[in-house]
Amino acid sequence: MVEWTDSERAIINGIFSNLDYEEIGRKSLCRCLIVYPWTQRYFGGFGNLYNAETILCNPLIAAHGTKILHGLDRALKNMDDIKNTYAELSLLHSDKLHVDPDNFRLLADCLTVVIAAKMGPAFTVDTQVAWQKFLSVVVSALGRQYH
Amino acid sequence: MSLSSKQKATVKDFFSKMSTRSDDIGAEALSRLVAVYPQTKSYFSHWKDASPGSAPVRKHGITIMGGVYDAVGKIDDLKGGLLSLSELHAFMLRVDPVNFKLLAHCMLVCMSMIFPEEFTPQVHVAVDKFLAQLALALAEKYR
Repeated sequence: MVEWTDSERAIINGIFSNLDYEEIGRKSLCRCLIVYPWTQRYFGGFGNLYNAETILCNPLIAAHGTKILHGLDRALKNMDDIKNTYAELSLLHSDKLHVDPDNFRLLADCLTVVIAAKMGPAFTVDTQVAWQKFLSVVVSALGRQYH
Repeated sequence: MSLSSKQKATVKDFFSKMSTRSDDIGAEALSRLVAVYPQTKSYFSHWKDASPGSAPVRKHGITIMGGVYDAVGKIDDLKGGLLSLSELHAFMLRVDPVNFKLLAHCMLVCMSMIFPEEFTPQVHVAVDKFLAQLALALAEKYR
């Protein structure tokens, strides 16, 4: 089981309590699709992804980014059992969506970059450590049910 | 995944904008590397203090960033330009190349923190590609 210090819990809760889900969700998913264009393979039905500008203006992508970010709420509410919390979502990504689990890491990295831009100097070393620890547990849980 | 001429221009432009803060970014990036990925401290066992923010870590981060800036100037021939640095990393330092990716990520985070407006997705992809090419050039002599 993953151990969380009080400080880590406070940091993670702090980030989420100030989070603009629409803004950060949209920016993170757009950045992922632009920086790692092969991730676009999963978004065939999402309209125009022709270049960075169209991706950034795409409302379907924006909505989906928000949805993904809200998906992290589950981990936030169940920090002591993220593994089981995401068992069903993991199966969904494996069996229905057929997403290569490496993509979770790519999106997590983009989310980190976007949060860093938003928080600026408040994204301290300790904050980054806690945040990346949280995301790596989520990423691991999401990949766990692949078979 | 080589850089287009537009992306090379983007990299040069962004690094030029960044130059007033390049020391900070280098120092911060290495501090974050050893904090977020503690296994990387294994390369610094010869320092009295390899903790994030320590003097040797900050100083070395600045040195590394200097190397990255030097590489920007050699962006048209990274393999040729970084030959001796590659030999250093291959035969003396023997840093596992997976760590280049980890440091690149920390550099990107610092760039994003300090230049949130300028570090657009388009700049991000160009710089990420450049750092990946740099890493490849550094690993050229490994085997």
